[in-house]
Amino acid sequence: MRYEDVADLIPGLVDGTVEVDERTRAFIDSDLRCQAELARYRRLLRGLGALRTTYLEPAPGGLAQTLNALAAEGERRVARGILTSRRAVVAGAALGGAAVAGAATAAVIAARSRRRLLAG
Amino acid sequence: MVDESELIQAAQHGDREAFDELVRRTYVDLFTLAVRLTGNEEDARDVVQDAYLRAWKGIGKFRGDAQLSTWLYRITANCASTHLSRRRRTRTEPLLPGFEPADVRHDTQPEAMTETNLDLAQVAQAVDELPPKLRAVVVLRDVYGLPHEAIAEELGISLSAAKVRLHRARKRLRDAVFEEKRSSRAV
Repeated sequence: MRYEDVADLIPGLVDGTVEVDERTRAFIDSDLRCQAELARYRRLLRGLGALRTTYLEPAPGGLAQTLNALAAEGERRVARGILTSRRAVVAGAALGGAAVAGAATAAVIAARSRRRLLAG
Repeated sequence: MVDESELIQAAQHGDREAFDELVRRTYVDLFTLAVRLTGNEEDARDVVQDAYLRAWKGIGKFRGDAQLSTWLYRITANCASTHLSRRRRTRTEPLLPGFEPADVRHDTQPEAMTETNLDLAQVAQAVDELPPKLRAVVVLRDVYGLPHEAIAEELGISLSAAKVRLHRARKRLRDAVFEEKRSSRAV
């Protein structure tokens, strides 16, 4: 086995993204070029990890803009809620009206048919 | 100072003030992530705003089995991915020749630089210079520590594609950081 055979595995080996068989592992553990390369990737990963706490300063106004957008969204949500409940009231009233009308029609039909039966 | 979990609970019950406080506490962190993903401040501001709007709508679904910051990172990654693909579709004009994005990194920490013996500004610049697709994966995995599965899900790619991109990104970064170091030492 040569360094060139395993070089491509090293960026993934450094944090276990890539797994290798025992023979390859043994070669990597004993090969100085592989070890040097692994050390480079470990340093790179530590450097990248350090960027996590390297904060960038936002331009002034960005936070306020976001809070305003959230406030506007909140208002829209309240408005939508009111609209929905109004719609529910109107729909309920319409359904109620329809039910009453239906019942009245049924009563009239029933009364007529009863009268017809009595007359016959 | 009110505990974060209390603020989350209050926000889940519709308390906007509590959510605003969470925004204040996490804004710089999310903005930093968004700049690293999009490569510029203006896009980052839009992405962060979108991310918080989505988080507000979805806060009720946050179960607390992950940290709030991780949950917010995932939303931000998803918003940045959507934003960048939308921009790629609508972009008709190339950037002006010689255009240099403003360097907003002025918080480089000397302690971290000593520990890794790497110039963090150089690492950050190498990350910036990666193509957006490679940059997103390496930032989310190696800077913010998100699991591969979460990265794949938020970027809308397969798990194996996420791993391949990470591999390529690390190789490019290795070349950029260590080859440059070697050549600057030779001068």
